[in-house]
Amino acid sequence: MSSFSVTEPSNRSKWFAGTLVILYALITMVPLAWIMLTGFKSPADAISYPPKVVFEPTLEGYVNLFTTRTRQTPEFLAANPPETWYEEIVREYDMVIAGPSKFGERFLNSVIIGFGSTFLSIFLGTLAAYAFSRFKIPLADDLLFFILSTRMMPPIAVAIPIFLMYRQLGLSDTHLGMILLYTGVNISLAVWLLKGFIDEIPLEYEEAALIDGYTRFQAFYKVVLPQAATGIASTAIFCLIFAWNEYAFAVLLTSGTAQTAPPFIPTIIGVGGLDWPAVAAGATIFLLPVMIFTILLRKHLLRGITFGAVRK
Amino acid sequence: MAEVILKNLSKSFGTDVGVEDLSMTIPDGAFVVMLGPTGAGKTTTLRLISGLDKADSGEIWIGGRNVGNETPAQRDVAMVFQQYSLYPHLTVRDNLAFPLKSPILNTPADEIARKVAEVADVLQIVHKLDNKATELSGGEMQRVSIGRALVREPQIYLMDEPLSSLDAKLRTDLRVELKRIQASLGATLLYVTHDQVEAMTMATHVGVLNEGKLVQFGTPREIYENPNSLYVASRLGLPRINILPADVFGGAPSGTTQIGLRPEHITQGDGHEAEIKRVEHLGDQTRLHLNLQGHAITTIADPEATYTPGAHLKIAPKHPLCFDAQGNRIR
Repeated sequence: MSSFSVTEPSNRSKWFAGTLVILYALITMVPLAWIMLTGFKSPADAISYPPKVVFEPTLEGYVNLFTTRTRQTPEFLAANPPETWYEEIVREYDMVIAGPSKFGERFLNSVIIGFGSTFLSIFLGTLAAYAFSRFKIPLADDLLFFILSTRMMPPIAVAIPIFLMYRQLGLSDTHLGMILLYTGVNISLAVWLLKGFIDEIPLEYEEAALIDGYTRFQAFYKVVLPQAATGIASTAIFCLIFAWNEYAFAVLLTSGTAQTAPPFIPTIIGVGGLDWPAVAAGATIFLLPVMIFTILLRKHLLRGITFGAVRK
Repeated sequence: MAEVILKNLSKSFGTDVGVEDLSMTIPDGAFVVMLGPTGAGKTTTLRLISGLDKADSGEIWIGGRNVGNETPAQRDVAMVFQQYSLYPHLTVRDNLAFPLKSPILNTPADEIARKVAEVADVLQIVHKLDNKATELSGGEMQRVSIGRALVREPQIYLMDEPLSSLDAKLRTDLRVELKRIQASLGATLLYVTHDQVEAMTMATHVGVLNEGKLVQFGTPREIYENPNSLYVASRLGLPRINILPADVFGGAPSGTTQIGLRPEHITQGDGHEAEIKRVEHLGDQTRLHLNLQGHAITTIADPEATYTPGAHLKIAPKHPLCFDAQGNRIR
């Protein structure tokens, strides 16, 4: 027995907890690592059995992801030597690059729709949550329940009415249509989560701001919002993850202009046989924005900024 | 600065009475202290004047203007909250500057810097200006919250027990400082406290509240020397006033059921015999706890003299206050 403390966990339990966390992290990261590695494999390596952990990395998957290619005659290939490193990669299969693929566009669609609907959900959700938290609203509990009830069935259950409505309204395959749809799904989550966060911010701060010469809206903007940053950040991450990963509605409602990355990535498989490295490359790039967004907001996820300046 | 008039203010919270039919005039430049136990309506009164709560009935006039329908910002009042209510996401400096930056005042930057520095100096928080509001001790938070009011020159300052969590030395310093600031600005100030010394030393007027009603309003000396009820008499005075049945000493006017005897209003060496139960030497004075016919009495004695518990002492009342069965003063 070295030192005994009631509050401080013993070294052994710390060690045990640490091991568990590391094990869990490893298990959850294996599929991610698999996908990232596959993106750098050659098609042959990607399907070899047993799976290769050590292999010669190539950017073939990424080149295939971003380009469309056509087969050419040996005469043409001989007459036109490759000019860039990515053409060289394609030449190994006697092909030339015909043009960019649609991946860039689809990815951009995902960014516009994902972030657009996240912004809109947070904007509307924060205002609604503030109102529910601070004002006496007739039937507030019923309204909140009604808002939540939109999540009581899988959204896809209403796919057919939405499909028909969207066709009538001209919202099919538009950015606006998808932003509205994802906002509609996310807003209940946003209102409920944010209401919880705003409820925790003591009313005293706004009262102080009102007395200090600010209007209600200015008090909301200058005093409540900064303190709700934690809640807003975490809610935004949830909203973005949903909108970003949504597949079913994207397949159903988008086909061209507004098609997002999730329905597009699987179509790569069909382009030139089973091109797993290109799919994996697409998935890897697809993961990045949510990862970056989460990392950027990480500091706001840490609790603690609202505590301490009001005497309880 | 302005005169503030409350006319027949009433406010209840569900079945709880906040204030009831409260009328009070706070003269321009006065330092009014409100006394009363928890739940007497002191904080409610401040909140009604500030506009944070709306009165159920009655009127509030600030500087000749009926402010009943105005927002807190329009009323131009400054308030020190009992819970400090500092903005946790801002530094001390920004907390102090916050009211000055409001769209109503919209103070120029150099003016803000000057005022913040001045107030920080008075409140001895200069070294904490760049700390986050959450990184302060309770006493420091309380000073910042006073400072946030003092940077302004509002119609009236409202302060809800602003010195309650300071240590004794700082409390004394700030008491003197607050009084000096108020006097030099000619500021109107409404101040809630439990502390008798604060009430007696700072107030130009004292209002005593009981269950939402104003029961007496006057100068501190009037309230102390000439209370109109038993309740008011027992709000001020340390040690507390002794309450005794009228017949213990006799000689009270008819209708008197109880007499109130301030500890300093008891003469020794003559009259009824009492037993000394306990002696407290405070240095500048000595307190004696006596037993007179089963009634506990506290009195003040000469600090130089020696008393022994168990000994007997003759005492007689001087200037007793007489009260009837309802606790009202009989003059």
